[in-house]
Amino acid sequence: MEIPKSFLGYKRENGRVGTRNHVVILPVDDISNACAEAVANNIKGTFAIPHAYGRLQFGADLELFFDTMIGTGKNPNVAACVVIGIEPKWTKRIVDAIATTGKPVEGFSIEGAGDIKTIMKASQKAQEFSQWASEKQREECPLSDLWISVKCGESDTTSGMAANPAVGNLMDKLEPLGVHLCFGETSELTGAEKVCATRGATPEASEKFMKTWSDYNDFILKEATNDLSESQPTAGNIAGGLTTIEEKAFGNFQKIGSRKFIDVLTPAEEPKKGPGLYFMDTSSAAGECLTLQAAAGFNIHLFPTGQGNIIGNAIEPVVKLTGNPSTAINMKEHIDLDVSKILKREMNMEQAGDELIKITIRAASGRLTCAEVLGHKEFIMTKLFRSA
Amino acid sequence: MAKTDIIIHDEKDNVGVVVIEKITPNQECNCWVMENDGSVTIKSESEIPLGHKIAMIDFKEGDTILKYGHDIGKVVKSIKKGEHVHVHNVKTKKW
Repeated sequence: MEIPKSFLGYKRENGRVGTRNHVVILPVDDISNACAEAVANNIKGTFAIPHAYGRLQFGADLELFFDTMIGTGKNPNVAACVVIGIEPKWTKRIVDAIATTGKPVEGFSIEGAGDIKTIMKASQKAQEFSQWASEKQREECPLSDLWISVKCGESDTTSGMAANPAVGNLMDKLEPLGVHLCFGETSELTGAEKVCATRGATPEASEKFMKTWSDYNDFILKEATNDLSESQPTAGNIAGGLTTIEEKAFGNFQKIGSRKFIDVLTPAEEPKKGPGLYFMDTSSAAGECLTLQAAAGFNIHLFPTGQGNIIGNAIEPVVKLTGNPSTAINMKEHIDLDVSKILKREMNMEQAGDELIKITIRAASGRLTCAEVLGHKEFIMTKLFRSA
Repeated sequence: MAKTDIIIHDEKDNVGVVVIEKITPNQECNCWVMENDGSVTIKSESEIPLGHKIAMIDFKEGDTILKYGHDIGKVVKSIKKGEHVHVHNVKTKKW
């Protein structure tokens, strides 16, 4: 197949391109959710991203909180953003950082005004943003404007045989075209960590990966009451036929094809070394991993599943594929691409990769993904430690 | 081409993965070795569902299971060729 050269995206003020044109109402903290949701309810063409944190966090945990909130607002899939927090200081910090992209953003704080007056003022601004964004048009953009993140979930042995290597095939074909790519899941590479380290493009990248993985492993050994064998693999994984964390890791690892990663990112860190594959230190919980990848600026996500994970994301469209023929039938409404023909030897990896490229470009150009149509808007903060 | 019942990723692998709804005891199964596009056959000893693994050789306690050409765990209870390989007879080497 000749790979299409372009997709239809929204060109943003800072040169990045969005696959979506969201107007987001972003609460800074848990107690501002109600206000943000009221504004989103008032003003059509907007939505709120409620979450559970943003109070009394400190140190590295607070910094990751800000990186996640700011990165979400900066993501090119967000056209404009209203930020609402209880206090002006943290609200302003988030607004100012999002404003560096040049996109319309305005903050409101509730303290001293109350919900109702804040809802009124923020709704007026949200209306302005919604109508402004509604006039934006998609334009032809090179594929190099795609920033693709990947993560697998509810994996089974079909993931390693079909869906994950199909993603790997896509990576092998799209990386030479200048696409940014990102995989994560530090914990689920356990068992394959030494092999993964050899896939660093430079000795520095390999060392950085091993340090990241070891730090994680030390943390597990310190915190775990016994070991991870109760939760890794998960009950769903085991039902699907996965026996050990090593088996899961090598199946997971098929997602990067034969690519090498050029750098290792901290959670929610924006890639700075240009196009290519990046590894990000993330949890393997799908909601947390996708939220961090979206906060780093990735604008479309590929999610291979075996037993049928149903995850979506607040701002990043999630394209789901499966190699499990039962999942493809029984959970049809969640599956954007069925590659189960690979198992019957009726489709090869070359063809599966091509089909995935086609559906990815269609989704990037505006086709709603299954997760979007079904209303999945997961936004899950990664918490490093408990709040003060 | 004969119907594929089992996929083996790598030539070195000593387990295969069932890719039909299930295989039943004493079934003659066709295996596709993905790496070299080869074919082998095996007779099953257990009922094994989709996505689960079959032993391609006899294993004794302490042996290593190879899949994707890599070590994915140790045998904790002997397994006969054609039997179901899973959490009841294989454990991680990590813990």
